[in-house]
Amino acid sequence: MSPADGRSRRSGGRSESKHAAPRGGRAGAGGPKASVSMTIGSDYGDAREVQRLIREEVEKAGFDSDSQFAIKLALEEALINAIKHGNKLDKSKRVQVEWRVTPQAAEIEIEDEGPGFDRSSVPDPTNATNLEKLTGRGILLIEAYMTRVEYSNGGRRVKLIRHNQAGGGLKSA
Amino acid sequence: MPEASARLNVSDHKDVKVVDFVENKILDEANIAEIGQQLTALVEAKDRPKVLLDFHNVEHLSSAALGMLINVNNRVKNQSGQLRLSNIKPQIMEVFEITKLNKLFKILPTRAEALASYN
Repeated sequence: MSPADGRSRRSGGRSESKHAAPRGGRAGAGGPKASVSMTIGSDYGDAREVQRLIREEVEKAGFDSDSQFAIKLALEEALINAIKHGNKLDKSKRVQVEWRVTPQAAEIEIEDEGPGFDRSSVPDPTNATNLEKLTGRGILLIEAYMTRVEYSNGGRRVKLIRHNQAGGGLKSA
Repeated sequence: MPEASARLNVSDHKDVKVVDFVENKILDEANIAEIGQQLTALVEAKDRPKVLLDFHNVEHLSSAALGMLINVNNRVKNQSGQLRLSNIKPQIMEVFEITKLNKLFKILPTRAEALASYN
């Protein structure tokens, strides 16, 4: 199964350093903006704190309501994936979260210390066989709501990118 | 008999159990588990239950919450009951549509329409 609509891109196998977020290296109307990095344990309480910090920045940056909703949802799903499926709720394993929010876009990278996964082997939760399964929808939602999603380090690292936009709906092209 | 909790308000409309979510985001894993348990108890309290889940207070939900709702739906079916969802805000409705769960659940725009839809 692969995302049929081409709204996300996969980059499995490409490895990146943990501190890959450039500081001011990318051109943008908003000018250089530092990224913020935080390491948390495999704990939902810690994750909620990170979510709160990121959501506050997104709101302050003036993202439209649909984008705020999208980021909140995708971030929640990605953190749960990292903690529950990546790190298997192992308190000794950490999740690194790095983010940069400008008025143009939010970029959030989440990396766990788990075994990684193969994106192409994730079943489609919307087909008849899987529709009534209790789990398996996180990646579908992440990819539907983000402008772009990139996987690296064997699936341990996911980068979520959402562009701020004036219109409503999932996202513009 | 389910008790009122911080997260669910349950009321009766004739033979329908109407459930309002109190939390505006049923995202938290602990929340979801507790809500699921309460709904299960409500569904299994009698045969052929008629249950309405009203989402007017729900502004966010996660895939884990969707799993919980599917579980509730299965239990309703096991009891030969009927489940309806209503008052789902557009952003939340989009989540059901992306996941195609709008085909699985019987979703009505308003509480009144949902209440009128039971057999």
